[in-house]
Amino acid sequence: MKYSIHVNGAIKRVEADADTPLLWVLRDTLNLKGTKFACGTGMCGACTVHLNGAARRSCLISIANVGSGVVTTIEGIGDTPVGKKVQQAWLDIDVVQCGYCQAGQIMSAAALLATNTKPSDADIDHAMAGNICRCATYPRIRAAIKLAAGLPMIDAREADA
Amino acid sequence: MKRLEITAAEPAGDGVVHARRAFLRASAALGGGLLLEFALPVRGFARANPQSPAEGGVLGAYVRISPDGLVTITSKNPEIGQGIKTMLPMLIAEELDADWSKVRIDQALSDPAVFGRQVAGGSRATPLNWEPMRRVGAAARQMLVLAASQIWAVPASECQTSSGVVRHAPSGQTLDYGALASKAATIAAPDLKAVTLKDPKDFRIIGTPQRGVDSPAVVTGKPLFGIDVDLPGMRHAVFVKCPVFGGAVNHANLEAILAAPGVSHAFVVNGGQTFDGLVSGVAIVADSWWAAARARRKLEVDWNEGPTAAQDSAGFAARAAVLGPQPPELSIAREGDVDAALAGAAHVIEAAYSYPFLAHAALEPQNCTAHVQDGKAEIWAPTQNPDSGCKIVANTLGLAEADITIHMMRCGGGFGRRLMNDYMVEAAWISREIGAPVKLLWDREDDLRHDFYRPAGFHFFKAGLDGAGKLVAFRDHFISFGTGGKFANSAGLQPVEFPARFVPNFELGATLMALGVPTGPMRAPGSNALAFAFQSFIDELAFAARRDAVQFRLDLLGPPRIYAGTQGPNGATPDFDSGRMRAVLERVADRSGWGKRPLRTRSGLGAAFYFSHWATSPRSCRRPSLRAATFASKKSGWQPTSAATSSIRWAPRIKSKGPQSTASARRSDRPSRSSAGARSRAISMTIGCCASTVLRPWMCIS
Repeated sequence: MKYSIHVNGAIKRVEADADTPLLWVLRDTLNLKGTKFACGTGMCGACTVHLNGAARRSCLISIANVGSGVVTTIEGIGDTPVGKKVQQAWLDIDVVQCGYCQAGQIMSAAALLATNTKPSDADIDHAMAGNICRCATYPRIRAAIKLAAGLPMIDAREADA
Repeated sequence: MKRLEITAAEPAGDGVVHARRAFLRASAALGGGLLLEFALPVRGFARANPQSPAEGGVLGAYVRISPDGLVTITSKNPEIGQGIKTMLPMLIAEELDADWSKVRIDQALSDPAVFGRQVAGGSRATPLNWEPMRRVGAAARQMLVLAASQIWAVPASECQTSSGVVRHAPSGQTLDYGALASKAATIAAPDLKAVTLKDPKDFRIIGTPQRGVDSPAVVTGKPLFGIDVDLPGMRHAVFVKCPVFGGAVNHANLEAILAAPGVSHAFVVNGGQTFDGLVSGVAIVADSWWAAARARRKLEVDWNEGPTAAQDSAGFAARAAVLGPQPPELSIAREGDVDAALAGAAHVIEAAYSYPFLAHAALEPQNCTAHVQDGKAEIWAPTQNPDSGCKIVANTLGLAEADITIHMMRCGGGFGRRLMNDYMVEAAWISREIGAPVKLLWDREDDLRHDFYRPAGFHFFKAGLDGAGKLVAFRDHFISFGTGGKFANSAGLQPVEFPARFVPNFELGATLMALGVPTGPMRAPGSNALAFAFQSFIDELAFAARRDAVQFRLDLLGPPRIYAGTQGPNGATPDFDSGRMRAVLERVADRSGWGKRPLRTRSGLGAAFYFSHWATSPRSCRRPSLRAATFASKKSGWQPTSAATSSIRWAPRIKSKGPQSTASARRSDRPSRSSAGARSRAISMTIGCCASTVLRPWMCIS
């Protein structure tokens, strides 16, 4: 089947079977390797992209269901003001350990900050709960989100200790 | 990238290639500037043997200084998130006195003949490379200084360097490294043994946080990892192995698979019984990974499951419960008379602890890209242990090791799983069978089902307290896995396991159950399970003794003393310095507000410590500081700890200097082992207070 999808500001024509997940179209057809495969079942968040601005697991969206939706990946998120800020915060904090989950983390964080400019700790937890980091960089991820949002980087629940 | 042209070495008569000294060679770089090639000291690697510099061989390790001042340094070890790709060049750049902002880093190929040990495991990279790498940088600096002194016709002793510039103090003249590089290339490389190293108080790069060299590529989604490799004409493969370890394919419906869309090949592989080699399975090759994975759903295999089908976790637990109360098969350690001491004890406490098999579950599923043709193999692998993979590929495919090129790709997690290279030999075999480059990618289920698991274990503890609450007897019967009195991989117990030597009457015994499941190291191998069992039981003893959990441990550690390390099954064990551990524990108690910290409802505070593994042999360990390797945010207020224990890497809000402060450690020429391999660690953590689904470890390591 032939599809035209909107990815990172451009229309891409791709040929793929209807059940092919967007993840594999991005990675193997469009050669956008930044979006990562890790579980294939929507449980880890490594493949997170934006579909019409919302964080979605690209391993669970078939190419046939993308339709006219606007897809943004880690390769394109830096073109948005929020995405650029989040990427810079990730570098300033140096969040990355192995780095494999971080594209997905950044996409979830950017989706959060695009709709909630001053998230609470609970907001951050809620938005990031589906993104697993096996290196456990979670404290730095939280700090980077706060840095990007211009919030104090103390975790309220740790400060009371 | 082209692999250096080298010939296979002839091992000496004893099968070991004898130690070779480090050497260095200077030449003009292509396009101008200085190319300084080096090989590190090598012991016991028989893979290849580069020609000596005098014979004009090309080495793979280099520092290149180009006329524009850029300094390019090869980084030799596998990067699994521990930061080594950034840290090893820091050692060279420090002594070179380079401007770190002008340093570029190239990932080396796997070639132990040039680079020595290239393994991410055992916390050894810093101790082994600390001095050799610094010497390379110091040699390059010395050459640049000499070049400047010749240009200015002044004594070299009047020239100083700082951040990529040579300065002649009396005249005030300066030249940057880029301007000097071509001149330096005409100067003979100095003897590495004779170069002068910096006084650590003058370090500007080591001991400072530096951003990971790949971080910008990570946050922008550039291809970096093994899974991101793409080659012209590359096919995609899945490999289906028996759900029972050691099982083999009887028959598979290959015709149905071959009929699936996009599939070009489907065939049975007859492997052996070595788990980190090639085992029996079905390979499916397609024009995309999705096509191969989708075809796999139609696969029907008749497996010969073999004897391991009779083993399961419930069976092991039931067997352990029977064995626990019986006398152990092996005596691991024995001191005093435990039975007599228990008979005379005021309180006897018994407890059983167990923990399960654990998969490493690195986030990047196992994968490897291989192209085997004309008797040569080129491999792109996320691996912690490339040379081991090279040997397996060579043996399995009948290739010469020198004909195998391995590109070490950044690993999306390692945790010990990627010390094994089963996926590497699978990819190489499939590529040869189909005559094309292929990327093999396991799915998550493959990864969880075919790991080298952290072994399960069962501990049957019994201990006695005297009337004053003092520990007088301690016994553990450890039910583990293995055969013939030999522990399975990473399933062992050291005779010096704490509280050995701190209790007058002490016994460690073990009984082994046969196991058909592959096991292996996971993170700090052994420690992650043993610390839980032993320290939890010690907590129960403190409770029974009605003593504070920290105070009970301090009393157990007693007066400061050092017990020398011993040789154990996993190599040398560290010295036990009880005074240092006491200090660590006291510091942790103080910093965590032990006894004063207000606790939320249904939350608690626990304390534990552990004498962890030794990073390297005491003989070769020069007490390196890994502060150079870890990256801390200046803004976050968090301090990094050891890169060797990434699972507990961060200590939020604890400005942890530790009892032997890291600040002083890096001011010393004998920096603290605590930061490199963690001779001893104390951990405090909040327990059960996480309201969110995000894990929030709150720990302090020193």
